[in-house]
Amino acid sequence: MDMSIVLQAGVATGTALLFATLGELLAERSGIMNLGVEGMMLLGAMAAYWVSAHYGVPWMGVIIGMLAAGLISQIHAFITINLRADQVVSGLSLNFLAAGVSVVLGEGLNSIKGVAILPSFTIPLLSQIPWIGKIFFTNQGILVYIGYLVFPLVWYFINRTRQGLHLRAVGEFPAAADSLGINVYRMRYLYVFIGGLFAGLAGAAISLSISPGWFSEKTTSGEGWIAVGLVIFAQWNPIRAAFGAYIFGALRRLVLDIQGPMMILGLANPFYYNPYFGFFLQMLPYAFTIIVLVLGSREAIKKRIGTPAALGIPYIRGERGM
Amino acid sequence: MENNIPGSKKRRLRFPYKIRVEPRLVEAPGWVSVLLTIASIILALMVGAVLIALGGGDPIKAYIHIGKASFGSLGVFSDTLVKATPLMLVGLACSIAFRMKLWNIGAEGQFFIGAFAASVVVLLPVLPDSSPKWLFILIMFIFGFIGGALWGVIPGFLKVKFNVNEIISTLMMNYIAVFWNNYFIYAVWSEGGFQMSKTFPKNAWLPRLSDFAKDAPIFQGLTTHLGLVFAVIAAVIIWFILYRSKWGYEIRLIGDNAKAAKYSGISIGKNIILVMALSGGLAGLAGMSEISGVVHRLQGSISPGYGFTGIIIAWLAKLNPLAVIVVSILFGALILAGRELQPKGIPTMIQGVIFVFLIASDFFVRNRILFSRNIEE
Repeated sequence: MDMSIVLQAGVATGTALLFATLGELLAERSGIMNLGVEGMMLLGAMAAYWVSAHYGVPWMGVIIGMLAAGLISQIHAFITINLRADQVVSGLSLNFLAAGVSVVLGEGLNSIKGVAILPSFTIPLLSQIPWIGKIFFTNQGILVYIGYLVFPLVWYFINRTRQGLHLRAVGEFPAAADSLGINVYRMRYLYVFIGGLFAGLAGAAISLSISPGWFSEKTTSGEGWIAVGLVIFAQWNPIRAAFGAYIFGALRRLVLDIQGPMMILGLANPFYYNPYFGFFLQMLPYAFTIIVLVLGSREAIKKRIGTPAALGIPYIRGERGM
Repeated sequence: MENNIPGSKKRRLRFPYKIRVEPRLVEAPGWVSVLLTIASIILALMVGAVLIALGGGDPIKAYIHIGKASFGSLGVFSDTLVKATPLMLVGLACSIAFRMKLWNIGAEGQFFIGAFAASVVVLLPVLPDSSPKWLFILIMFIFGFIGGALWGVIPGFLKVKFNVNEIISTLMMNYIAVFWNNYFIYAVWSEGGFQMSKTFPKNAWLPRLSDFAKDAPIFQGLTTHLGLVFAVIAAVIIWFILYRSKWGYEIRLIGDNAKAAKYSGISIGKNIILVMALSGGLAGLAGMSEISGVVHRLQGSISPGYGFTGIIIAWLAKLNPLAVIVVSILFGALILAGRELQPKGIPTMIQGVIFVFLIASDFFVRNRILFSRNIEE
């Protein structure tokens, strides 16, 4: 088993997680937790694949997928911002809605053959770097490369721009932000929408690039939920989010690839001789998410950092408190 | 013209009422929430119809089919009750956890582990195949409950000890439970190369109505089983715990105001563990009842997402254990009749739409809308 091939595929798998995590991170930074990521990803994946299957233009699919997820996220925005409902419950309901709609509208999509997908290519020069070049810059989908650009940009946006400062203010102390003339409601709508766009992009990345096709709920198989967990692990920091997403991507690939070779490190590979042990391997990404949360939560308590102070609390203009 | 008359104000056409929203100071009367729930369902069915039409189906046919195939005759109604049985138990599991604002969305996984633990009794085996029926049912009941409870306590413990968000951990445990079950179905208890265990001996089956057809011919062919009785009794017990016991008072207080509960000396950690155990146990019991009452073997496809539907049921029932019974029957009908509908995702989607409308409509329970006449200023 060539480790660099596993990692190469892991980076690709991690890209979907990366987009979903960044989107949720931005929404949560504005104070709105959206648990509908998994559903929005499904909707994005379905819409993107649907468009590409019917019109043959995968790029258009990506855009429609993003918009579809972005639009459906506005239901959550309305319910939590204007109707001030509990964000957890509303997010769950969005999840059911988006997943259900995707499965209904995606009926029969998997039987369409020869759907155009997004291009993959090797970056000249950079791919020559030993080890790293092969993992990160050889034969990757275009969205993977976009991913490398996006997460530093998101970090820069949040921490180094005026708009990013406003975003943080809205998530930490909306009443203060409001008194400075920032429209808290509009900002929250906007970032929930952006979160939706990212989730849609994540879904489109899966259905049109990473593992092309539409397999109803199995298309995302819980990645949206892992993304929600990763935001906590990342302590709302985009760089840590990217780190987590790529590690998880590699882990997801590893559990698939480890069953291939007969020998690992000179020992007989138990997963080769008893393929049923593979079920325990498949548990790993989910178990690992829980472990990562344990570690992350302890660290967060120690350092007293992380959660945006107004996360989950509806803002009511003109009332006392947050 | 009016405007030419000196001193007259410019008149504009205005909406004759002012609309004001303010939070209710006293709790809304019960009929408000019932009415809103019904309105949500009707609205959701209308939206669902549009979506079905978009997906290439015929909404009216689909709805008529749902009605006929679930309430059309005694036979199908009995099947509806069979589907409603696990829903009641998972709905109760979610209700009691949600009442404490403990977001156990792992009922699906607890259901699977409950089914697994109940199967252990037959397949390990804990009891020989010739054991009497009552003993089988009792031991499977206990195993199923404990299996689900353990699966629920793990995330509860992690929350208490490490402050791990229970939404994520319970959800991750769902996936782990499915793989766990799959290992045993594929590798250990596989029967003749199929991904299912052997059929349980008749003694391990929950009694069905049709078992009594000899004495009461009306029960001929009815599949409703003892699990329904478990579910209804459980609902009454949970209602009693929540509204008539000290423990229930603590649960509700923590749900309403965790800080106040803490200051009044209630141990939140202890309650998280206990409620997760009870919640998981109920979901595990649902798995046991499904395995022992319907499927009669362990296999992969034992749940069309019961655990997730339980979340919606709990919310639709306003977390009231007795209302869970009624709502579960409606959703049982939806799942039963939805199996044959095309496109396949219709039941899930309708559930989602109902849920969204319901959450949105809650606004009117928490706030009141005041109309007052616009008076010229």
